[in-house]
Amino acid sequence: MRFNKILKNTLLVILACFALSACATKKVSTQMQGDVYTGTDTVEYLASGVPDRVFFATNESVLTTASRETLRKQAAWLRKNSKITIVLEGHADERGTREYNLALGERRANAAKDYLMTYGISSDRISVLSYGKERPVDSGSNPLAWSKNRRSVTVKAN
Amino acid sequence: MKKKLLLLFLIIVPFKGNALIEVDITRGNLDPLPIAVSPLSIDEETKKKFNEILNKKNIGSEISIIVERNLKTSGLFNPLDKKAFLQKPDIANLKPRFEDWKLIKAQALITGKVSIENDKLRVEFRLWDILAGREMMALAFTTVPTNWRRVGHIITDKVYERLTGEKGYFDTRIIYVAEDGPKTQRIKKLAIMDQDGFNNKFLTLGNELVLTPRFNPTSQMVTYLSYFRNLPRVYLLDIETGTQEVVGDFPGMTFAPRFSPDGKKIIMSFAKDGNSDIYTMDLENRVVDRITNHPSIDTSPSYSPDGKYICFNSDRSGYQQIYIMDSSGKNVKRISFGNGLYGTPVWSPRGDLIAFTKLHKGKFYIGVMRTDGSGERLLTENFYQEAPSWSPNGRVLIFYRETKTDEKGKGFSAKLWSIDLTGYNERQVLTPTDASDPSWSSLLSN
Repeated sequence: MRFNKILKNTLLVILACFALSACATKKVSTQMQGDVYTGTDTVEYLASGVPDRVFFATNESVLTTASRETLRKQAAWLRKNSKITIVLEGHADERGTREYNLALGERRANAAKDYLMTYGISSDRISVLSYGKERPVDSGSNPLAWSKNRRSVTVKAN
Repeated sequence: MKKKLLLLFLIIVPFKGNALIEVDITRGNLDPLPIAVSPLSIDEETKKKFNEILNKKNIGSEISIIVERNLKTSGLFNPLDKKAFLQKPDIANLKPRFEDWKLIKAQALITGKVSIENDKLRVEFRLWDILAGREMMALAFTTVPTNWRRVGHIITDKVYERLTGEKGYFDTRIIYVAEDGPKTQRIKKLAIMDQDGFNNKFLTLGNELVLTPRFNPTSQMVTYLSYFRNLPRVYLLDIETGTQEVVGDFPGMTFAPRFSPDGKKIIMSFAKDGNSDIYTMDLENRVVDRITNHPSIDTSPSYSPDGKYICFNSDRSGYQQIYIMDSSGKNVKRISFGNGLYGTPVWSPRGDLIAFTKLHKGKFYIGVMRTDGSGERLLTENFYQEAPSWSPNGRVLIFYRETKTDEKGKGFSAKLWSIDLTGYNERQVLTPTDASDPSWSSLLSN
């Protein structure tokens, strides 16, 4: 009887473990597409419904479909608030050399800048600042953390 | 190289009894030379005087400890335990009893004497070949007492040069970035220290992010990147006076600076509209020259020691690779063709090799290749390491290494490490705080 109870409890624990690990795996896969971060963990909002950042694939500065959508929302918000100026802060993950990452961060922020400009935002209102790998938002050393760190963040400057 | 080794072997073995000692630094030294470093002899009165000035009880013994530590760190020497020494320092310095030193298996012996002369520190030292039973070198110098650690380094340089045939690298300093705080919000300061980690001094306060400091050829000036007022720009710092100035007037980020070998120019990257190219600025007439003009990222430039060529990092092939070109920017040629990404090329002070960082299959390597890209050799593999800097004699590389954090993002650290060109003798270079971006000075006593 008692043995049975132990067995049952153990089984429950094992089942729980399975459920948890399934959850964990699922969580990761829904937060990344390829190696681009698609989650919302670190995202802040410039205004309701206007996310402040876009994410990039490893070594890339190409804007994804989701990034372009975010930037179009930012552009619309900037057009409505014509006195606001912004800084685009470009970042890289820790898996590169410091100097190359500075250039890569600059390239990413400029990809965002160019897109905002095509949606009518004057370059006078945008400045660009690369941090390379100096300011990660997630201190982890794993693919998910790195995907959150490969980003361009739009920050209000005034 | 192989030929030379063989030759040495043939010559040395038959005459081992009489040959002068020689240390071969071209291969991993698995059999370091047993050497006895006798405490420098000092009389009681001198001891007392230096104790008053420097607060060191026995400056003769302290200096010998510096020499001993340096020799051990080089990996080429095995300093013997002082407890086994049979001869007193003063007598050994006059004329060692070679049998006594042979008995403890010493092949070389360093002796010396400290005295005071017009309030100055006077040090003489001798290097003895125990097997041949003769003096190999004797030198004396006088300096201000506060320079006592440098005396130890200079003695090591002289001994190293006499025994290996190449200049030493001990009377040198390292400039680096001292780090503190959480990984997401690191506080970074410029710091400078002796090659052995002593006399550490912070040069900035940590109010703004600073990166990649590099010495000029005389090691009196430093060029580095500062985020002062959130404008990442290349700066110039005079170490003695503390004067800082921005290099050039660029409408955007300048980064990855280095001096030209004559110290007259700074070469660096300038990033504009998502494109980084390489520029130089003449420090005398402030003339700016554009060296590369390509839509890819061009960065991490480093001159050859004769100033005729530049190696640099570019992703013009699609990925980070190493290229060389004439100093004018002409004749660009890719030299890295192995698997993986290549970054931070640095030309050896001897001119024959380029050190680099390589990323391949999730691992970081420090390696060297010849200037045409042939003979690639990876010296060390780790989770993350980069930014090699050469010792002035081109025999040792210093770089920094960062640890992988755990699943909670904890456990991050950054430390300085050094490794011989042979791939042997890897060791941590101790710093008071976390550290990165090391740059090795030239030999100060040259």
